[in-house]
Amino acid sequence: MSTAESKNNDASQGMDYLQSLPRRWVTVYIPILVFVFVLLFPFYWMAITSFKPDNELLSRDGNPFWIIGPTLAHFDKLLFRTEYPAWLWNTVIVSVVSTAISLAASVLAAYAIERLRFQGSKPAGGAIFLAYLVPPSILFIPLAAIVVKLGLFDSRMALILTYPTFLIPFSTWLLMGYFRSIPYELEECALIDGATRWQILVKIVLPLAVPGLISAGIFAFTLSWNEFIYALTFVSSSENKTVPVGVVTELVEGDVYHWGPLMAGALLGSLPVAFVYSFFVEYYVSGMTGSVKE
Amino acid sequence: MTRLEKFQNNRHALGWAFMLPATVLLLLFLTYPLGLGTWLGFTDAKIGRAGEFIGLENFSFLVTDSVTRLALFNTLFYTVVASIAKFGLGLWLAMLLNKRLPFQSFFRAVVLLPWIVPTALSAIAFWWIFDAQFSIISWVLMKLGLIDRYIDFLGDPWNARFSTIIANVWRGIPFVAISLLAGLQTISPSYYEASAIDGATPWQQFRHITLPLLTPIIAVVMTFSVLFTFTDFQLIYVLTRGGPLNATHLMATLAFQRAISGGALAEGAAIATLMVPFLLAAIMFSYFGLQRRAWQQGGDK
Repeated sequence: MSTAESKNNDASQGMDYLQSLPRRWVTVYIPILVFVFVLLFPFYWMAITSFKPDNELLSRDGNPFWIIGPTLAHFDKLLFRTEYPAWLWNTVIVSVVSTAISLAASVLAAYAIERLRFQGSKPAGGAIFLAYLVPPSILFIPLAAIVVKLGLFDSRMALILTYPTFLIPFSTWLLMGYFRSIPYELEECALIDGATRWQILVKIVLPLAVPGLISAGIFAFTLSWNEFIYALTFVSSSENKTVPVGVVTELVEGDVYHWGPLMAGALLGSLPVAFVYSFFVEYYVSGMTGSVKE
Repeated sequence: MTRLEKFQNNRHALGWAFMLPATVLLLLFLTYPLGLGTWLGFTDAKIGRAGEFIGLENFSFLVTDSVTRLALFNTLFYTVVASIAKFGLGLWLAMLLNKRLPFQSFFRAVVLLPWIVPTALSAIAFWWIFDAQFSIISWVLMKLGLIDRYIDFLGDPWNARFSTIIANVWRGIPFVAISLLAGLQTISPSYYEASAIDGATPWQQFRHITLPLLTPIIAVVMTFSVLFTFTDFQLIYVLTRGGPLNATHLMATLAFQRAISGGALAEGAAIATLMVPFLLAAIMFSYFGLQRRAWQQGGDK
């Protein structure tokens, strides 16, 4: 991707001098600034609302785009008078554990399909791709019945075990692509030197596939952090909820909307993924586009 | 050689052993529920009561049920309008990001933010933006003198439909744009140079170079986009819960309402099963898109 990118950059430099500066403003800069404004405005709005005192929130006078007397009252309410810290902790546990389980299972599966080429590896690869296309919205009702039957209802374990259903297909598919790019010769050399398949996987393939592992890990972590429908269906008591579900279901009391704490909760729940993302942008993008480009 | 060593070097045995964890998890929590869901659709199960087989009764009720019909219409409307908008705007954004820009990597990074932030949480921000009394959009339009009273974004059926579509498009554009950008970057610049020398206009370049070379990746990206949109749940659940007057109920939210909130597990499962034919159609579309791509590249896979 990096070579294609640099090549392309040179080329657009080559072609772009044909456009005059005012023309570039109209066709490129202004549209992109509008796009960025629209895409980022809800976050600005979320942030500014969470620091606004109630009297400013519920008044139509003055300039709503700015705060006159910023306050931490909403965060105070959120962190000390709701179960938000517990939701945050649940989300962390569920995301980290289900990501770890999925990565381990995916590495093994992807290596088996892509490199061991056992009998039936081709149909297995196809099945993984099909599993990737099954959306949670058609699974959550029967899964709820299964979760109840297994005695896991209303527990973190229910989420930890069900999240891999959408994480494994995705991560396996992504890792298969990465394993494919590792030269066979390396493995053959190791085999001749007497290494077992397990040693090859751990000492040769995995170190070379670290970027792929990071991509799959980041992506899986964000997917499980953002998951909503399973968490809404399989968990009922407040102390077991995850952040997205807790904020949506517990912070709304009747018809009174506490916009301040709601926005503070949305902001705090978004920051961890945004933070992780900012460190691994490239990996994230390659994970996303890698899954689409096969 | 010990037995263990022999096992470790047998590709087939080891292959199946390596597949085991993934297979068990997927069979138990994906394949089995998929079958169970279909079965439940043919029973009269309620929450806490195993149902009995009742044949097509659920389905024959659902096809006459006005709410289900409305939900199907809403889902198709939502999917078609939002997908077209996401495609058009996403392609435009991808082409803008593919140009030489100052702070290019910064732009590419922030554009993805709506996609990575939990949808339920950004939907709350939209809920506030669409508030009937304190909407910032209404405020701005009032100040500009374009409207004389606040817009009821989520209280009127058609307003609510378009408001939820806008929120969905906002969330989906980054995925389409960044994926298509990756596709654009694989197109060799020499095509553009050659066509420019031959006197092609920018529109001709777009129509006859960009679009044909991008078609295979567009097919895949749009299939995923359609899948996500068609099965959307959280945005509607947060913004409207299906209201007003069921005007924004999608198949997924209706299935949730009937099965989980209402306790009619079987009926909800039947609604979810009704989504499957549409999903299959989308997957077929993707399959033929991929075929065409392999054919274009001269491959035979």
